[in-house]
Amino acid sequence: MTREIVRTEGLACSYRVGRVLEEISITVAAGDYVGIVGPNGSGKSTLVQALMGLCTISAGSASLFGVPCGRFTQWGRIGYLPQSLRLLNPVFPATVAEAVGLGLLSLKRFPRRLSRQDREKVAATLELLGVHDLRDKLIGELSGGQQQRALLARALVNDPELLILDEPTAALDPETRERFYHLIADLNRSRGVTVLLVTHDAGAIGGHATKMLYLDKRVIFYGSFDEFCRSDDMSTIFGSHSQHLMCHRH
Amino acid sequence: MNFLEILSYGFIQRALLAGTLIAVLCSVLGVFLVLRRMSLIGDGLAHVTFGSAAIALALKLYSAASLLVSLPLVLLASLGILKLTEKTRLSGDAAIGIVSSLGISAGIILASVGGGYNVDLLSYLFGNILSISREEVIIAVGLFCLVLTLLALFFNELLAITFSEELAKTSGIHTNIINAVLVLLTALSVVLAMRLVGIMLISSLLILPAASALQLARSFRGCVALAALQGCCSVVAGIFVSFITNLPTSATVVMINLLLFGCTSLARRLISPPGSN
Repeated sequence: MTREIVRTEGLACSYRVGRVLEEISITVAAGDYVGIVGPNGSGKSTLVQALMGLCTISAGSASLFGVPCGRFTQWGRIGYLPQSLRLLNPVFPATVAEAVGLGLLSLKRFPRRLSRQDREKVAATLELLGVHDLRDKLIGELSGGQQQRALLARALVNDPELLILDEPTAALDPETRERFYHLIADLNRSRGVTVLLVTHDAGAIGGHATKMLYLDKRVIFYGSFDEFCRSDDMSTIFGSHSQHLMCHRH
Repeated sequence: MNFLEILSYGFIQRALLAGTLIAVLCSVLGVFLVLRRMSLIGDGLAHVTFGSAAIALALKLYSAASLLVSLPLVLLASLGILKLTEKTRLSGDAAIGIVSSLGISAGIILASVGGGYNVDLLSYLFGNILSISREEVIIAVGLFCLVLTLLALFFNELLAITFSEELAKTSGIHTNIINAVLVLLTALSVVLAMRLVGIMLISSLLILPAASALQLARSFRGCVALAALQGCCSVVAGIFVSFITNLPTSATVVMINLLLFGCTSLARRLISPPGSN
């Protein structure tokens, strides 16, 4: 039986401007790679923020690993990568190694100290992502692509079972973006990491995700990649040519 | 008069000991506050300290005894700033401004009503570390040990919320508690620093060493160490220079910090390649 990693039932979230999400009912199984797409303001980021406890759920329910989000405490099982541009203070004096090490705090109890083994784990994760040579550089001085890799290393350093990525490629050039998508797909296949990836770029994610979730405040489409490719509704939204390009995997 | 002669004075020994301890605390906390854009919390809490000093004087509590009033009031005010920021739609600087206004206006009213203790209150405005008593040094050592221990215990959590509060939350860190720890430690340090640089100049002791360290640091721990080093050096140099030149100690300490900030800014420009920040 497939293990359930994420489940939402009738989930709704509201801000002062009104409801940004309503009636979201989805299930994500272990090993899924879900591409979350939709127009601006469709609630993509709100959905992952609701799962991470960063915004209030106004109706319905959500659970992670079978635990309701409000009571969830096993943060070491999750790696989270927020949108990079709203995150980093350019003069922040932390090295890449220091910033990546913060990802291990979710596994620690008070006082949350990092051991020599933890520092070795940081080095190994940087090696995995091909940014080991940046370990002593200040994170604020890196290029957009390098910062994203460093922050991905921070999200992966605790060996998460679920990786949640919120528009991780917004600041990247097309070539770096494509490499980034390949890297995530490889982690999904080789390590069985479940992935939720929010993106504007439905075309690029189509080449990698196993499931697609199309949001526009509510679920317009949620299903396997093959179903997405055959969906008449999606043909109407994207146009048949764009849908064909998304579904054409090399 | 040579340095050894100056060092032989008891009041200089007390000033050096208490001054360096307070400078280390303020400089280290300053790194977190500057990076979190909370630099002016020092000013706000200093104004509350002014109000609390007025209350202490009205109650005839002087020197070390005045801490009995100042410490709880300033700790409460620091939590008040935090609550105002969390529970209202105010930004941090507006919350600091409100609490600061309350502190300074309460101090002025009490000074006006009390009349007779205005001169004592002025000593809190500009500080005078050379008049620090033995009891105050003992309290400074005790609070230094307490604050430093808490800083060491919460260092990684403080680093995490400074790096990104959003990411810290998703690492299971209780950001409200860690924010409270940061403002409470700041409040303790501000009360201690009141006797060193005075209420008017406390924020310079929090901001300048951190701002200088940020110019040159190549790691977070390095930044904290550099800030602490500058804090110590400025206090030691400030005490000696002010003693020799007969200038006010607090202002001399601040001017030395400003000079060091100018030097580190210049050094950064010289070290950094053109076009980089």
